[in-house]
Amino acid sequence: MSDSSFLEQIRAQGSMIMGFAPHSRAIGMQMVSVEPDVAILMVPYAPELVGNPDTGVVHGGVITSLLDNASGLSVGCHTGERKGMATLDLRIDYMRPATPGENVYARAECYKVTNNIAFVRGIACHSKDGELQLADPIASCVATFMITGGPIPDINTMIALAAAGERPAESAGG
Amino acid sequence: MEALRQLRLNKDEAHLKALIQSIPYARFLGIDAEVRGDELTMILRYHNDLVGNVMLPAIHGGVIGGFLEMAMMIHLAWVSETEHLPRPIDVGIDYLRSGRPRDTYARGAVTKHGRRIANVRVEAWQEARDKPIAAAHGHFRMKEE
Repeated sequence: MSDSSFLEQIRAQGSMIMGFAPHSRAIGMQMVSVEPDVAILMVPYAPELVGNPDTGVVHGGVITSLLDNASGLSVGCHTGERKGMATLDLRIDYMRPATPGENVYARAECYKVTNNIAFVRGIACHSKDGELQLADPIASCVATFMITGGPIPDINTMIALAAAGERPAESAGG
Repeated sequence: MEALRQLRLNKDEAHLKALIQSIPYARFLGIDAEVRGDELTMILRYHNDLVGNVMLPAIHGGVIGGFLEMAMMIHLAWVSETEHLPRPIDVGIDYLRSGRPRDTYARGAVTKHGRRIANVRVEAWQEARDKPIAAAHGHFRMKEE
């Protein structure tokens, strides 16, 4: 039921939108693709994201950030509009360690939205010859989001902020 | 792992901090720890790279999840005699309140510590311990097969 204009907008401006969240920018998160119900994101391998210095394996927290972001974006890919959302819960199963030196991808699919709750499942994996290795997952997740209708900036504000590498208004939160 | 071996020999705050500092992702997030008596508190020092939503502003949900997962690992390393960093098998995170742009604290508790697997719970809070911003539970592998 996705509005294709939403997907087109995300496709056209996805890299700018990813840069909007300082943490996503800090871990180098990139948008790979969006389609109805589905979002695919990637985090490049980086030494500062390693969770075990003996093995060089990326920490689970990086996978958590990636799956959380991909899951949230997939909700928009399902509803066809951007809405304020809050993650209610995220459950992750770790099947195998990420391979050191390899980028990690996450494919999330929003399969149901009720009045104000969205249900998502996702897989984190590597990619080989341009193909996601979904049959050899690093981790899988299920997530639920509450659609709050809370404040979200319009897309042009987001792009302007991301381009400026803007810091958040730290005094505004209280 | 050398920092873990040192911690087994010397169960004190300095050696626990040294373990945390040896983990690149813990340094990247800005994780610290304090030990008072038998109580271990993990601290996530606020900085701009943790933000997910600049409009609220709020700490990224993935950061809170990563902090809780790291807190469970550190807690297990503190209470056990493990030779390897505990590896997560599954982690469930409940998000209770948005994370404001300030320091976040977490304390863990082991529910069950078996020979190979441990079950842990952890809660994170900011201004008040009885107003948690997130809670998590997980199973961790304590022995490499």
